[in-house]
Amino acid sequence: MSERSLEVLAPGALTTVQDLGRPGYAHLGVTRSGALDRPALRLANRLVGNAEDAAGLETTLDGVGLRAMQSCRIAVTGAEALVTVAGRAIAWGSAVPVPAGAEVVVGPALRGLRSYVAVAGGIEVEAVLGSRSTDLLSGLGPPPLTAGAVLPLGLAGDAPDEGSAVPRVRDAVLHLDLGPRADWFSADALAALEGATYEVGSASNRIGLRLTGAPVERERGGELPTEPMVLGAVQVPPSGQPVVFLADHPTTGGYPVIGVVREADLPVCAQARPGDRLTLRVVGGAAAERDRRPRS
Amino acid sequence: MRARPVGEHAVLVECDDAADVRATYAEIRLRASDLGAVEVVPAARTVLLDGLVDVSAALTAIADLQVPAGAGQEVPARLVEIPTRYDGEDLDEVARQWEVSTADVVRIHQAATFTVLFCGFAPGFAYCTGLPDGLTVSRRPDPRPKVPAGAVALAGEYTSVYPSASPGGWQLIGTTGIELWRLDAEEPALLTPGTRIRFVDE
Repeated sequence: MSERSLEVLAPGALTTVQDLGRPGYAHLGVTRSGALDRPALRLANRLVGNAEDAAGLETTLDGVGLRAMQSCRIAVTGAEALVTVAGRAIAWGSAVPVPAGAEVVVGPALRGLRSYVAVAGGIEVEAVLGSRSTDLLSGLGPPPLTAGAVLPLGLAGDAPDEGSAVPRVRDAVLHLDLGPRADWFSADALAALEGATYEVGSASNRIGLRLTGAPVERERGGELPTEPMVLGAVQVPPSGQPVVFLADHPTTGGYPVIGVVREADLPVCAQARPGDRLTLRVVGGAAAERDRRPRS
Repeated sequence: MRARPVGEHAVLVECDDAADVRATYAEIRLRASDLGAVEVVPAARTVLLDGLVDVSAALTAIADLQVPAGAGQEVPARLVEIPTRYDGEDLDEVARQWEVSTADVVRIHQAATFTVLFCGFAPGFAYCTGLPDGLTVSRRPDPRPKVPAGAVALAGEYTSVYPSASPGGWQLIGTTGIELWRLDAEEPALLTPGTRIRFVDE
């Protein structure tokens, strides 16, 4: 066994290897995948001196337990959690040294849902189509972590500048640009979106954030011919309960997309827990929609 | 070309029909880097440009674009032959829907030259058009929990081959042993948008 590795002691509910994903293959039906809270992974990588696109770990709600086979540096960002190294609490959002053989435990998320663990050198599992990300929709990339799994590490670069992050509290707001299929919905339904509050459904995952609340009523019936889908697309299925497409979303879909969540708010989607309430704000595309509809 | 914005980084070009999608996709793919697109993704009646830095510049550039007659046909597309055993469980159902014999279903499927219009649903799953005009197939009312890799299937105006085992609602008419998705190959998908395919006896 390579000494430069991490052993998984406790995988948690769902911990996956994630980098910034595999763009460029959507025309083959391969989605982008990658960390859901991209700024958090980038930050963790910077803290340990990695390139921002190095692979780290993404936990879900209850953290992860690891053992370092060789001394290394780690940083934890994203959802705030109690982090211990060899049983001693360390600062969240700072690079800390881990002695060889020490256990690293990322505890349950105290706020938010997904913590990110970066290790100096990055997780160097085999890349698939240019990325080490686990794509849960199509099964590309490494499988989710299991107890006893060993994750190889790359060579660490120079020690980074000292720095630390402070937890960032974001408003529970999703800003939307209307379209491309806002014209499938009535003017009333579009007006009702502004300021509407939805609860995060328990079936939410890396593929989509399921919102429950007042159904979004369609004006136009019939079927939409299958269309390409983007990250952050708010798709409205016949139930009227919107789904926000996250990193492992299907590349095509057949339900109309009423709007697209701004990139800056994707971390809010990544960190929203089932039961959390999110407010929608329409910030763009409304004028284009008005122009498209002649006033009667 | 007609296009509408999709969020901060993408534009959706609208097409008249499948032939227009093929030509539009071929033309935009050639110009992808000029237009600033990281992804160019065709689907049934639209083509998406994603990863754009400047959506309004892309919309302006696209508004001025014309699809030249015969775009995507300058170079004869790759032709892939798919050796197929017509042993699908839904062969009778397709024959019933088309009001022909099962032998005719096979004849019709083998006589057509299909073209991959787009991929979706799963990596390497190709939606191929080319059935005679007016011939379509209704999906199964209850999708199967598991369709094996290599299943040759029909749904709507499309035929396809399942690249890997997955749930599926398409009508199964046959089986092929050909590998459609290989991660160790330079081009992982055997069937990419624009590829022509023909189904032949195994």
